[in-house]
Amino acid sequence: MSNVPEELAYSAEHEWVSGEPDAGAEVTVGITEHAAQALGDIVYVEAPRVGDTVVAGEVCGELESTKAVSELYSPVSGTVIAVNEALEGAPETLNSDAYGDGWIFKVEISETATDLLDAEAYAALTE
Amino acid sequence: MSDATLRSPLHDQHVALGATLVPFAGWEMPVRYTGDIAEHTAVRTAAGLFDLSHMGEISIRGDQAAAFLDHALVGRISAVALWGAKYTMLCTPEGGVIDDLIVYRRDWDHFFIVANAANKDVVVEELTARLAGFDATLEDISPEVALIAVQGPRAEDIVARMCTRGDDDIRAMRYYSAANVLLQGDIHAFVARTGYTGEDGFELFVDADEAAAVWALALEEGAADGIVPCGLSSRDTLRLEAGMPLYGQELTRDTTPFDAGLGRIVVFGTPAKPRGDFVGREALLRAKVEGPSRVLVGLLGDGRRAARAGYGVLDAEGATVGVVTSGAPSPTLGRPIAMAYVPATLAEPGTVVGIDVRGRREDMTVTALPFYSRAS
Repeated sequence: MSNVPEELAYSAEHEWVSGEPDAGAEVTVGITEHAAQALGDIVYVEAPRVGDTVVAGEVCGELESTKAVSELYSPVSGTVIAVNEALEGAPETLNSDAYGDGWIFKVEISETATDLLDAEAYAALTE
Repeated sequence: MSDATLRSPLHDQHVALGATLVPFAGWEMPVRYTGDIAEHTAVRTAAGLFDLSHMGEISIRGDQAAAFLDHALVGRISAVALWGAKYTMLCTPEGGVIDDLIVYRRDWDHFFIVANAANKDVVVEELTARLAGFDATLEDISPEVALIAVQGPRAEDIVARMCTRGDDDIRAMRYYSAANVLLQGDIHAFVARTGYTGEDGFELFVDADEAAAVWALALEEGAADGIVPCGLSSRDTLRLEAGMPLYGQELTRDTTPFDAGLGRIVVFGTPAKPRGDFVGREALLRAKVEGPSRVLVGLLGDGRRAARAGYGVLDAEGATVGVVTSGAPSPTLGRPIAMAYVPATLAEPGTVVGIDVRGRREDMTVTALPFYSRAS
């Protein structure tokens, strides 16, 4: 069973959001442990760039493992204000610390997100 | 999981090891235990332990067993020596590949065929149809047989230590040959020096009800050598680096052995060493004379984004001229590798082709297969 921290919000596409996803707020985005486990060893992360506009539910990058490739969806709408540069040299951090050092990007939210799941709902989705 | 899903006799061992199990060819099999790259690397540097009990095993016996297989398969099976093994194919009359197989000779009138899990039933059906008129019998022994592979540079020492009788045979055994040995616990095993990883290694065929004991023995005797249980994901990247084709990807009913660069396994015979008729002979001879319209090549990338099965191969103008059959980031090389069918005009090593990686072109260079060969 994978870990689903209580304090985070989740998308059905297996991203997590840290922070209140209200308009004007800054949040951090990553992929869940469940997603990282399903992909296997991640060897490449193509994240959006700082300044990019991302839209909730739309593709904003990709994740490549030895086994498969998966699109990265943005769970929120807004402007990318930071990207985790450390993933370039150490993409395996997504497997080892999906909710911590494996964060992928930060967004300044343009529109309050209303369709994110709480931990319980996300856990139910992945059962 | 549907009721029809088959489970390996080692299912409980996989669950206890925390494996991620996935549906595969009608079976529920481990895709990985810990991590794909660690498992892949263990096979390249030490040893990996694989449960391949999903593979099909078919026994052929009788006075005309060899003559039957000469008729049914593209290779000259009658020429295989006792305890020898041969990589061969079952083809349609039109020359398309139904399955690729390894045939082992266990006695002058007894052969043992290993088929892909997904094709086992069709192989049994097709071989049975081709048996007519031959004094030979076919038996599908897949349910009673477990297949456990020990692969990697430490495999010989580990498998030799697992034996109470026959460890000398293990050490003396050449690649693509086999022997009967006795394993610790009084377990009889048919052991072949074959594999699908590009490393030295052994495949142990044992009774399904002794699989758990053999699995535990391999882990115990291999512990000091760093043996690691390995899943299907690492098996796929290992075989891809070794340039070995996978049925359903490089090989299909729409490909001939010549398309796949494996024409050498089709034996037509010579005046001095004639061979009788075999299923597909006429079509395959035509394929040989005409030459393939497309060629299976290796592709090596410089970027990070890997080509995957099904992606289009693009020429300089961006037209789709071929298709990727397998692709992954190579754990050993640290670069994307792939196999693809391309027109003969683009098959020369050094040729740069484009790959349509989800709408964005990535260049890859045609390269000779395999991508990886072990130091011999």
